[in-house]
Amino acid sequence: MMQETAAAEPESTRSAQSADEGAPPGSIVTYTVGLVFALLLTGASFIVSQTDLLWAPGVPAGLAVLAIAQMGVHLVFFLHISTGADNTNNVVALAFGLLIVTLIVSGSLWIMAHLNTNMVPMSAILEMHR
Amino acid sequence: MNASPATAPLAGPQSHSASLSYSGGGPASRRIVVGYGFWIFLLSDIIMFSALFATYAVLSGQTAGGPAGHDLFELRHVGAETLCLLFSSYSCGLGALALERRRMSAFYINFALTFVLGAAFLGLELGEFAGLTARGAGPSRSAFLSAFFSLVGLHGAHVTAGLLWLCFMVAQVAARGPRDFVRRRLLCFSLFWHALDIIWVALLTLVYLMGAR
Repeated sequence: MMQETAAAEPESTRSAQSADEGAPPGSIVTYTVGLVFALLLTGASFIVSQTDLLWAPGVPAGLAVLAIAQMGVHLVFFLHISTGADNTNNVVALAFGLLIVTLIVSGSLWIMAHLNTNMVPMSAILEMHR
Repeated sequence: MNASPATAPLAGPQSHSASLSYSGGGPASRRIVVGYGFWIFLLSDIIMFSALFATYAVLSGQTAGGPAGHDLFELRHVGAETLCLLFSSYSCGLGALALERRRMSAFYINFALTFVLGAAFLGLELGEFAGLTARGAGPSRSAFLSAFFSLVGLHGAHVTAGLLWLCFMVAQVAARGPRDFVRRRLLCFSLFWHALDIIWVALLTLVYLMGAR
């Protein structure tokens, strides 16, 4: 049984290889659908930021959601990140990249927002130098 | 995988290669490996941008008595930049697709369009920078403007590098034809160009749309 699959493998490899060397993922339809989604989401972002359609304190959250959705559209329709078997490595790398980005951005904001509470007040510094 | 592990006999000479081919198709093609490597580069580039995004988010309120975002940004202008970049991304995708299908004239037309739209974006951005500097809102005015110019400027520098790369790629296609290695390089270029669009989405939202309110 093992021999059978081993013997069958080179053929399937060759056909898979020539298939993906010849035909890349995506088609004109994919790109057009992606463009339409991206245009809609961009338009929605501008509308949300310029009108009072959304409850004012919720606007940054709304804009963030729209931006993340549009990045997802770009990844799927333009960069062809998918759940396919030959795409697993790309998805894992993307997940790791997202982890690092989240750590850098949220960590920086967290630390910088609390920096003042741990500092010696300016008046005390002036006192020390006197 | 065709053979279930329970029924497969133990350690034959083939078991090594069988354990590598868990995705079912043997070793990945060169195109997939090249795309993966370039994708890792793009992710590291995005991580570099995230440090500048964090800097901008921390410093965006530190205007030192100078102009803030809502005094400076013109959303009509920014909207035009967004459309330029989005449509250039679209035409880049169509151009790469045309090359794969050996439609050479469609490839040249789409890549010429990509170049024109990318250059238009760059022109709009440089115009904005010149306008800001002329109004005394240059990068040395405040911490907010330093962070703004380094973040937006780095994206602009990436677009400039992308335009140069685009010219090289078109020359390469013209000289060498749609061979495998040329098409792999073009794949990397189109990944780069689309990734710039993703960064622009984050930039548009954080810097311009949230800043202009």
